[in-house]
Amino acid sequence: MLKRVKHWGPGLLLLAPTIILVGVFVYWLIIENFRVSLTNQHTAKPSDKYVGFDNYTNLLADPNFQHSLWNLLILTIVFLGGTLIFGFLWAWILDKPAKGEGFFRAVYLFPMAVSFIASGVVWRWLLSSLQTDQPGGERTTGLNRLLDSVGLGFLQNDWWSNPTWGIAAIAVPAIWQLSGYVMALFLAGFRGIPEELREAARIDGCSEWKLYRHVIFPQLNPVMLSAVIIIGHMSLKLFDLIRAIVPDANTYDVQVPATMMWVKYIGSDYADAAAIGMILLVLVAIVVIPYLMYTSRAEKR
Amino acid sequence: MATSTLDRSAAPAAPGAAGAPNPGRRRINRTLKYVLLLFFVVVVLIPAYVLFITSFKGSSDADPSRAWFLPTTWETAGWSKAWTTLAPALGRTFALVIPAAVISATLGSINGYVLSKWRFPGANVVFTLILFGMFIPYQAVMIPLTQLMSTLGVPQGVPSLMLLHIVYGLPICTLIFRNYYESVPSELIEAARMDGAGILRTYASVIFPVSAPGFVVVLIWQFTSAWNDYLFAAFFSSGRNGPVTIALSFLAGGQLTDYAASMAGALIASVPTLIVYILLGKYFVGGLMSGSVKG
Repeated sequence: MLKRVKHWGPGLLLLAPTIILVGVFVYWLIIENFRVSLTNQHTAKPSDKYVGFDNYTNLLADPNFQHSLWNLLILTIVFLGGTLIFGFLWAWILDKPAKGEGFFRAVYLFPMAVSFIASGVVWRWLLSSLQTDQPGGERTTGLNRLLDSVGLGFLQNDWWSNPTWGIAAIAVPAIWQLSGYVMALFLAGFRGIPEELREAARIDGCSEWKLYRHVIFPQLNPVMLSAVIIIGHMSLKLFDLIRAIVPDANTYDVQVPATMMWVKYIGSDYADAAAIGMILLVLVAIVVIPYLMYTSRAEKR
Repeated sequence: MATSTLDRSAAPAAPGAAGAPNPGRRRINRTLKYVLLLFFVVVVLIPAYVLFITSFKGSSDADPSRAWFLPTTWETAGWSKAWTTLAPALGRTFALVIPAAVISATLGSINGYVLSKWRFPGANVVFTLILFGMFIPYQAVMIPLTQLMSTLGVPQGVPSLMLLHIVYGLPICTLIFRNYYESVPSELIEAARMDGAGILRTYASVIFPVSAPGFVVVLIWQFTSAWNDYLFAAFFSSGRNGPVTIALSFLAGGQLTDYAASMAGALIASVPTLIVYILLGKYFVGGLMSGSVKG
């Protein structure tokens, strides 16, 4: 027994700082956050009066918060769909050897290196909602101006200034920024498929479509899963991009839980802010925990 | 590591022999392919084009009908305004991002070593628990975190942000190094152990010397994500002591925006990470790949 402790004791000791830091800054703070979310601390004045789950029931009954959840759902669907489509398409085209392939890959991936705050500056201008056929339309800029001048004026729209679909406009820059990343994931996936597998299928007379349907797609499932988890959890947390594009954090059209949490924090409504944080955590955990368990089990095998 | 899977050279020879279409059709396919690829290059570069041309525009180009055209006169007023506004924040960002990246990479390397080569009972559970810290929405800890930081007396701005980027960077650094060290043969460790080397001597003599690629990936990842962070900066700094993302959001925010200056500012704020991406792109991609958990 002592010998075994001697064997793994030093390792545990070296890991101790990280265990303590993560223990305090992640797990303890989550518990503490949960505690705050059960109090009635709705002003800057500290309060320890517990109100049970009242803050949660009030939030979930609040049309504003319901709207933010609805927005989050649309954002996530569009963001996921867009990045998967472009990411897959680019990887699929670039998978076959091509001249200048490195250049294309580098260009498609470069938005990843830029912060949402920096790209938000230009997207704010691109997604400006004045239209040429509106009063004041001669001041149109951004994509609407471009669409008009190339004869696609009918595609002009209000972008994010729309209570139902405005949030989908926010997904456009997010897709621009992360499709390259999904492409890189798919490229790695494509290259992990042994060439013999494709050859064997071709020799068996598989059509190109059947080859994809029965050989390639099943092999890409793990990559697809990674992409969905990563983009999905980024989408749930998305905050910077919305702040950069929409000047007022309290804009109903593009309200999501992450921005609403910020508004509550600024207004010193700590209990509500904490409760929104918990709701976000639950949403992320539903996605991530099964995934973490799946990968740790897959590793053991 | 995952990087190697992206190298063309590592992939087997091209298909094509079996059931190859006739050469004419293949040429059409190839043309179509390049048309598509170039089309997407244009689409992806549109925002970069707008940033560039707008940053050089002056009042003479204020007319929206010229919005998509090159400047009539190339003016640098926007750039000089952006530079004077952002310069102090740029300095602060370097001062916080570099130590944060180095410290979290060092801790991550040691953690990865222990979790991969010096396992203890329950090591996998501990690893998974650490990993979860990478995925949490920081909103779920933010309220008590502001409290904790003021109780600990960590000043807002550079010190706070440095500490936070170290702590919340630990999970991914640990993950990358653990996966990286899995490829180091365990016999090397065993041999060192046989010679009576302890855990630290083994690290110094066997593991650390082969860690350079892991460090490059982790340092780039940490540098980029801390440089681009806005969430922590919004909660733990102000325009006076904040990093470049905060300064840029003040420069570009509000209802009336000086577009030339804010677009020049966005370019200035992106230069360091873009340089890293252009010079060390392969390692940058390696960090991205490791975000997908599997090694």
